[in-house]
Amino acid sequence: MPSSTIALPERSSQPLAAPEPKITVRNLNFYYGKFHALKNINLDIARHKVTAFIGPSGCGKSTLLRTFNRMFELYPEQRAEGQILLDGENLLTSKQDVALIRAKIGMVFQKPTPFPMSIYDNIAFGVKLFESLSAPEMDERVEWALRKAALWGEVKDKLGQSGASLSGGQQQRLCIARGIAIKPEVLLLDEPCSALDPISTAKIEELIAELKSEYTVVIVTHNMQQAARCSDYTAYMYLGDLIEVGETEQLFVKPRRSETEDYITGRFG
Amino acid sequence: MSTGAQLLTAADAQRARAARYARRKRTNRIALALALAAMAFGLFWLVWILWETLRLGLGGLSVALFTEMTPPPNEVGGLSNAIYGSLTMVALATFVGTPVGIMAGIYLSEYDTRGALAQVTRFVNDILLSAPSIVIGLFVYAVVVARFRSFSGYAGSVALALIVVPVVIRTTENMLLLVPAGLREAAYALGTPKWKVILSITLRAARAGVITGVLLAVARIAGETAPLLFTALNNQFWNADLAKPMASLPVTIFKFAMSPYENWQQLAWAGVFLITMAVLALNILARVLTRHK
Repeated sequence: MPSSTIALPERSSQPLAAPEPKITVRNLNFYYGKFHALKNINLDIARHKVTAFIGPSGCGKSTLLRTFNRMFELYPEQRAEGQILLDGENLLTSKQDVALIRAKIGMVFQKPTPFPMSIYDNIAFGVKLFESLSAPEMDERVEWALRKAALWGEVKDKLGQSGASLSGGQQQRLCIARGIAIKPEVLLLDEPCSALDPISTAKIEELIAELKSEYTVVIVTHNMQQAARCSDYTAYMYLGDLIEVGETEQLFVKPRRSETEDYITGRFG
Repeated sequence: MSTGAQLLTAADAQRARAARYARRKRTNRIALALALAAMAFGLFWLVWILWETLRLGLGGLSVALFTEMTPPPNEVGGLSNAIYGSLTMVALATFVGTPVGIMAGIYLSEYDTRGALAQVTRFVNDILLSAPSIVIGLFVYAVVVARFRSFSGYAGSVALALIVVPVVIRTTENMLLLVPAGLREAAYALGTPKWKVILSITLRAARAGVITGVLLAVARIAGETAPLLFTALNNQFWNADLAKPMASLPVTIFKFAMSPYENWQQLAWAGVFLITMAVLALNILARVLTRHK
């Protein structure tokens, strides 16, 4: 048995290649009108791992995230060129309805966005789009999602209340619950904690650690400690370029590129 | 020595700051006084109008007002046919105008915000919004009344609906634009189809504002006289047939208030009181709705 581990080739140059990645980005370019916001991005997102995108404001990390569920298509002046493969299928040219793609790739935004309806309906809304469940099945699903998002205990007695009546941290967990209730494969988190207090942030980070056993998680954050705490892989971006990707520990302890080192040590300029 | 000089300059700075602050406070007081005076001026007329309406209208209030029809000069009667006519035509106009207005508002805010069609629609709507209501009355006269060779409740409703539509378009569009883009994105991110995002999320989030727009439109047409003068005309008899000339409160008030007969004038004031109270109630309701979002 030990002999087989020794026989494995050195793979540190391609840390994300094994096993098969969930999302593969190839030669991705993105434009806001004429502005070239993402420049030839190549990246693998590992299955059932947490990948963090870090970098200064305006570096394109949120833009990259928003290409994964084709969110940018809501705005006619934005366009993407290249390939984003989800399990081998190119999302950008897919004939699949964009709604079906978005059902597979959930997203949670920077600012909590509870829908103008009850806590229960906030969760049930998305489920009803794709499944017709009986009332008890729906109750079960809502409870499951709220439990997963570590919110059940706090809201189980007021499911009929408006989602807007919750605190900011609870609203954000409600949004996570809403996202996982439709059972996606990938969960995109766009600076999910930037509007939250430290306690709520800690709860959400714990949650992220649990979620990765079932989902592939991609998180955008400008908080480097957060990336270090809760991600397996980290990608550093700067001005639309992907500078470095690697295992989080390696990237923070021994970055390969000097730009990365400047950024993570705060000597950025 | 040097510390003394520093203390002195610090004291000077303090004094200059205090003088500046006093000046700012003075300016604030003057501005506040002017604002209060402007408010008092507006309020003065409003209270006077309400008081006169109350004083002269309350005298004419009775059960007969709601049960009896408009009387001939110097006989006892009420306003039942005018009240019924007003309610019917306002209801029909709202019923027809509201969906059109809301759908056009949705188009402008959700489907085509910057396109040529949207720009033109918005411009035309603005004109319609500020068009004198007598123009709308004459237009409907030419298009509906002249063609069917009869004044009718339908023609009156059409004229009122033409006033409702631009108001509802404008408020719906504005209220929908106030819904944060993040909420729409969150709905799309779940894989929600566009029509459902609009219906279940955007419109729902803007519900209170949209309803307020409709209520204000109703309040506006409830008191309109000019669009009804050439369309529904008037009717001194009971008429529930919208295809025939129909009485309405504003037109009846117009006719009765201009008359030399005392009982007609009394009824006109009672009618004014009814309309004023209805409009006031609608406005208060609109305020309450927007407050409890």
